[in-house]
Amino acid sequence: MNWPTNAALAPWALIVCLATAVALIPFRRSLVISRGLSLVGSLALLAVSLLVLGRVLPGDVLRMQAGSWIAPFGISFAIDTLGALMLVVTAVVGLCGNIAAQATLDPSIEKRSFHVFYHFLLMGCVGAFSTGDLFNLYVWFEVLLIASFVLSALSKESPALIGTVKYVSLSLVSSFFFLIGLGILYNAAGSLQMADLSAVLATQGRLMPIAAISLFMAFAIKAGSFPLFQWLPATYPRLPSAIVAVFAGLLTKVGMYALIRVFSAPLLQVFPHFHGIVLVLAMGTMLVGVLLAVIQNDIKKILSAHIISQIGYMLLGFAIHTTTGVAAAVFYLFHHIIVKANLFLIAAWIEALYGHCELKKLHALRARHHFLAISFAISALSLIGIPPLSGFSAKFFTLSAALEAGHPLAFFVALAVGALTLFSMAKIWSEAFWTPTDAAHSPVGQLRGRARWIVLPVILLNAWTLWLGLNFQVVWKISVQAADQILGGLS
Amino acid sequence: MAPLLCALLVAAGLWLLLSRSWLSIVFGLALLGHAANLFILAMGGLTVGRAPIIPSGASVLNSPTADPIPQALILTAIVIGFGMQALLLVLFSLAARGQGGDTDELAD
Repeated sequence: MNWPTNAALAPWALIVCLATAVALIPFRRSLVISRGLSLVGSLALLAVSLLVLGRVLPGDVLRMQAGSWIAPFGISFAIDTLGALMLVVTAVVGLCGNIAAQATLDPSIEKRSFHVFYHFLLMGCVGAFSTGDLFNLYVWFEVLLIASFVLSALSKESPALIGTVKYVSLSLVSSFFFLIGLGILYNAAGSLQMADLSAVLATQGRLMPIAAISLFMAFAIKAGSFPLFQWLPATYPRLPSAIVAVFAGLLTKVGMYALIRVFSAPLLQVFPHFHGIVLVLAMGTMLVGVLLAVIQNDIKKILSAHIISQIGYMLLGFAIHTTTGVAAAVFYLFHHIIVKANLFLIAAWIEALYGHCELKKLHALRARHHFLAISFAISALSLIGIPPLSGFSAKFFTLSAALEAGHPLAFFVALAVGALTLFSMAKIWSEAFWTPTDAAHSPVGQLRGRARWIVLPVILLNAWTLWLGLNFQVVWKISVQAADQILGGLS
Repeated sequence: MAPLLCALLVAAGLWLLLSRSWLSIVFGLALLGHAANLFILAMGGLTVGRAPIIPSGASVLNSPTADPIPQALILTAIVIGFGMQALLLVLFSLAARGQGGDTDELAD
């Protein structure tokens, strides 16, 4: 079982994505071949990331220096427990999103090289999760941004394009801040290796607060944190649901991952009020996100706003910054990516049935589509945090970490936001699902042809949230291990 | 000089970014990118006229030379930025088609 060696395995996930994307280019006009290749690529990514997770679980870190250059000079890969966890989630969401896209996307969009850019998007995520160097992190961010720009503009419809323009402009501003932060860090440390940074930064002062603020701005824009989230509700609801499912699951979480990764213990010591500020921002993110969700009347808009409120919970765990806090944030990431992607897949399902997601025009979904109703109920209850689903354990860990660290206000805000989440999910349920059949005048929608395949990823992801809820100790143990590694620095 | 130039680029970039014409926004973002590149170069320490090449016969660099890493970093950033700007122009012109060049008309 020692083949390939740990070092050799590190870049494999990346290579799989790159190979799939490049192999797809000559076949981009042929629907059959590109669909098949795309699925094979997604399955291969899942297999490789599971292998990586298996290698990392004993506590090892997979390291590789490209071309055997010594650490600060070459491109370096370093996958620790957090990185491996994220790789697995990326692969799962990537596979499910792929099936959903093939099932529900307009074939004319698929023919515009959809699958090529889809795998480049996954490559950007995978690269960000497996790099050991801050500048490489910047490069992978740009890779996934460019891919996401193209994917969101693929439909060529005016609303989607306008949303994309806002998204692109704010993303580029965030890249600017990222580079400024990198410049200062390079000045202080003489290297951008994550492993070196933690050792050097503890002793450096003066410019560090600016570096910290710049990097925080950069990642907070990407994560969609308060007050830098406006691009998100402007973009996501206008895109095809199957694409948004992957965006909602992965893109903002890459920003969150970078926050957790870069702001490990040593950097925070040079900036004493950082915890407090992030804590306030976390509460703001939760509250504003959920209030934004409560006033919407479209399923996709409600779900998009909930991305923001849920980012708040992860920020909260991150801001508490004890081992339990960071572990809670990691666990939350693991739970949230799956559930959020699944809710958007269900939106794609509703769209495939009725062609839109407006609450006012949807009636009696429970009476008409039993399985859809059950699937939505499971995901929504998990988002709210009802046991035994994974949302309960995620919220439980975050809230108990908040109490443990002595932040009762954050605890109560998080509870209130949970209640408001329940309210907005109940709004979807009572308006679209629970209305009596005789109120509905529209004909019953039916899944036709390949659209039936949308059911498969929804079942998979629902099974995941159930499994995670029932076996939360397994993943919690891995999260604690990940948090220990992060707080100890990537050494 | 470098800090002043950098500040000027950021100021000009921000000013353009806040304008209402989409073409100005593209240029503003481009200028911000250049400012960031210059910033990284300056933060890496500017050493003029000394290439980091080991003289023949020696095995290490013995006099202070320019640091090649910031140059490599911004080379990457420039290439990415260039690609980004090309994409941006296409995207903005697609979005602005039939809507005039004013960003206010891009709102919902």
